[in-house]
Amino acid sequence: MKKITISPPVAAVLLAVVLFVFSGFLPNSFGTDMSAAAGQAVNIIRLSVFLGIIAAGQTLVIISGSEGIDLSAGAVVTLSATLTWTIVHGRNEMVLPALVAVMLVGAVIGFINGSGIIFLKISPFVMTLSMSGVITGIIIITNHGNSQGMLAPIMTSIIARPVIFGIPGAIIIWVFFAALMWLILERTPFGKRLFAIGVNRTTAKLSGVDVTWMVLSTYALAGALAAFGGFMVVGNTGVVFLSLGTPFLFPSIAAVAVGGTLLSGGKGSYFGSMAGALVLILITSLLTTMQMSDSIRQMVLGATLLVLISIYGRQKGFRQ
Amino acid sequence: MKLKRFQYLSLRYPSFIAFVFFILALLVNLYFQKSLLEPGTINNNMRVFLPLILLTTGEAVVILTGGIDISVGAIVSIVSALLATQVGLNGTPDKVATWFVVALLVGIIAGCINGFFVAYLRLPPFITTYATSFLYGGFALFILPQPGGGIPASVANVYRAINPLGLHWAFYVIPLLLLIWFLIRQTRYGRYLFAVGGKPQAAYETAVPVDLVIFSTYVVSGFMAAVTGICIVLLTGTGNPSIGDPMTLQAITAVVIGGTAMSGGVGGIAGPIMGAITLGVIKNIISFANVDTWWQTFVNAIIIVAALAAPGVISLFRRNRP
Repeated sequence: MKKITISPPVAAVLLAVVLFVFSGFLPNSFGTDMSAAAGQAVNIIRLSVFLGIIAAGQTLVIISGSEGIDLSAGAVVTLSATLTWTIVHGRNEMVLPALVAVMLVGAVIGFINGSGIIFLKISPFVMTLSMSGVITGIIIITNHGNSQGMLAPIMTSIIARPVIFGIPGAIIIWVFFAALMWLILERTPFGKRLFAIGVNRTTAKLSGVDVTWMVLSTYALAGALAAFGGFMVVGNTGVVFLSLGTPFLFPSIAAVAVGGTLLSGGKGSYFGSMAGALVLILITSLLTTMQMSDSIRQMVLGATLLVLISIYGRQKGFRQ
Repeated sequence: MKLKRFQYLSLRYPSFIAFVFFILALLVNLYFQKSLLEPGTINNNMRVFLPLILLTTGEAVVILTGGIDISVGAIVSIVSALLATQVGLNGTPDKVATWFVVALLVGIIAGCINGFFVAYLRLPPFITTYATSFLYGGFALFILPQPGGGIPASVANVYRAINPLGLHWAFYVIPLLLLIWFLIRQTRYGRYLFAVGGKPQAAYETAVPVDLVIFSTYVVSGFMAAVTGICIVLLTGTGNPSIGDPMTLQAITAVVIGGTAMSGGVGGIAGPIMGAITLGVIKNIISFANVDTWWQTFVNAIIIVAALAAPGVISLFRRNRP
């Protein structure tokens, strides 16, 4: 019997569509009203943008293998949001410098992560976890819990408001961002080497890949992307607080896993992570619409995640 | 090639570095807190450290076989919520005993669920236990939506106020844990643990029941999490459905500071126990050294980074020496 195979990103997109249609049948939902349905869909995608962008760096790090993971992403998001908020301070002309600055800071943090992992042989899980504590500590020291700042009007109008055809700017940014990620992963030497070190670092090294440099640059890029995520998040929420990034951390990993990227590295795609982000946001919003209590919501989210990874997250058995 | 002395020590005794840190942390603590070695202070400290020590031992067994369990904190929360609602402040000793047993069973069941998905469905442990941590955490919130309830003060005082022979219970529990671990290491099962952690494929090919061993580690970890939950309810006397949340990452950090390799196959129980105590001592140091409130998170994190980086830094210098 021929086994029917369906690639995880496609499965995740299908699941997202099914969930969306299902959410239409709920009371006080859009029902058969097509324009309301379109509005709801746009809204869901808009909410997924932020998780999706933060999951991008996570995707790179996880593809790089050797238990690669970035647990500092949440703290980097908070740091970059706070920095953007203070640097911009309501001035339109400071938006671009702020973006460059936060991405540089993110890259430096990622570079430190990578150095600890490759030179000091600290496991990525522990290295990035303790880095997250350090970053949170730095945020507390520098702003003592409340920072002075303000968003620039141009950020709100681009990120949070509709730009063309009622499509919010965030979604358009995400489309370009996704194209860029695809180019990086599939059409550059960097991408090829990334998958190579993800499959097997020794063979990659023997084939002439500079593994040390690859790990350093992957973590640095992941840090910069997480910082970009923070920039987007603050553009949407307009406020900063110490736990701003925390709720994004574990969902960003879950989105990567749901999107079919192997957590052991070497295989995956950013489209999968995008679809994974969509699915996670849909489930959350579905449960909110159904007015479930927080406890039930958590349990359903956990159970769904278990079912999803049971379907295609299985690793090879020893006999194979 | 002869191994260099340091490498030999750290490979043969994975808890060697943990021991060095432990002593170092104690000395610094002693400098800031002169009363550290008085029996009263020691007992007080151990009373607070014991829950994390228990949780760390369970996590250490999972990490030893190359897995990870990030649902342990949620299991602690379930137990806390369960005891606080079901026993109540006026519960009879019978009721307390019954629900302690139920709590342990809940921990074992939660561990079985983790183990089933990781060992038999072969799902990646990180994301699996992450998903179940939502499941368990939600369940804890479902039982007890807000912190409250509790156990009778008379029961809690057994843990808080009674020190048999002048030593707190922790001084009996920790040697017991070490003894059990020592005995386990002598058995076939003990060797299986290291074999699976070292190279699962090779272990499978030499007829080690890899799935069963992995399954069992999650059950152990769930059980230890339940014991931790009981311990923490005894310590606080009340219930809190999110008390375990920060403990998961602390336990993992303690295991790693204790010299256990995250990739599995190297480690034990003694190192992680010292790691857990070290984490507690670091907190002590920060509060006794009068660190500015705003700086505390940072200082705590930096000390932990330093502890994690030290072995790597040492071997880096050793390698570069002619």
